[in-house]
Amino acid sequence: MSEFIKTISVLAIPTFIFGVLGYGYFKRINVYEAFIEGAKEGLATTWSVLPYLVAMFVAIGIFRSSGAMDVVIKILTPITNFFGIPAEIIPLVLIRPMSGSASTGMLAELFKTYGPDSFVGRVASTMMGSTETIFYTLSIYFGAVGIKRIRYTMWAALIAEIAGLIASVIICRIVFGI
Amino acid sequence: MVNSVWIVLILAGLLMGLINGELEAVTQSAIDSAKYAVELCLGLIGIYALWLGLMKVAEESGLVKAISKRMSGIMKFLFPEVPRRHPAMGAMTMNIIANMLGLGNAATPLGIKAMHELQSLNRNKDTATHAMCMFLIINASSVQLIPTTVVALRSVAGSKNPTEIIGTALMATSISTLAGIIAAKILARR
Repeated sequence: MSEFIKTISVLAIPTFIFGVLGYGYFKRINVYEAFIEGAKEGLATTWSVLPYLVAMFVAIGIFRSSGAMDVVIKILTPITNFFGIPAEIIPLVLIRPMSGSASTGMLAELFKTYGPDSFVGRVASTMMGSTETIFYTLSIYFGAVGIKRIRYTMWAALIAEIAGLIASVIICRIVFGI
Repeated sequence: MVNSVWIVLILAGLLMGLINGELEAVTQSAIDSAKYAVELCLGLIGIYALWLGLMKVAEESGLVKAISKRMSGIMKFLFPEVPRRHPAMGAMTMNIIANMLGLGNAATPLGIKAMHELQSLNRNKDTATHAMCMFLIINASSVQLIPTTVVALRSVAGSKNPTEIIGTALMATSISTLAGIIAAKILARR
């Protein structure tokens, strides 16, 4: 199982590149031109994330260096230990449903503090890829058509997020150990 | 909501720094953090350019449409009350595929179109239908095949193997989406 998951990790990007470019070539579009066209947007996209990263980094940097983060982690540890979740990723778990850019900033900050190859870093990476920004998605889509009673949507979406979090921890334990 | 989280982090941090006598460290950290954000962005530009380049090729070649055609069985299970040939089906399928491929920019307009089509089938205009709930739950739990941003951030942060989490993320995202679908099916029966 663990080997299978590792193989997926190795093969995913090469397969994706081969599939996308191969299909484009097969469909006779100018693959190179299209690639360049898209790549130009890379600069603008990165630039647009910068303010969010600065805002989040500074806020968490202050919170962490003051010792406040240690207090929060100490309080949460007994609870998170019960579920086997590293307490360090709880701030990320809380902000994930609220804002994509803010959680990106928080993830990068976790990498900086604990390292991307630590257990915390791996669980955070895995969890981050497993859910979306729930509140944002719901508000734009329901807002677009004027729906006011969203019934059970929020609950089911939150159940999905929690399932993703627990699954991330268990899968990382199996695949990476510890 | 982010607004309150952000301000709490900063104010609580500053107060705690004052109590702990760590204000110098706090100031230093604020400045360093801002600087690091820019360094990180510089590292991200290249990887983003690579991905957005690939995404453009996927978009222009009609890859999304090609995959959508093979999805009708699953879609019928997920959205039993939407007629098979209704335009809502097409828009929802393409939105889900675009999300899976990480084509966020292409996915949003398709998703909004899908919501308008679903609304045309809705008798009670301010209340969500089961189909709408299911569609948004799938969207919110996201079935992204390759978490590109995470891989990019890992590589900039100096990971020895930035892509090692693709497999684990794929498993986790499948489980979270499945949990969302099951929850939605159960809650819809009440």
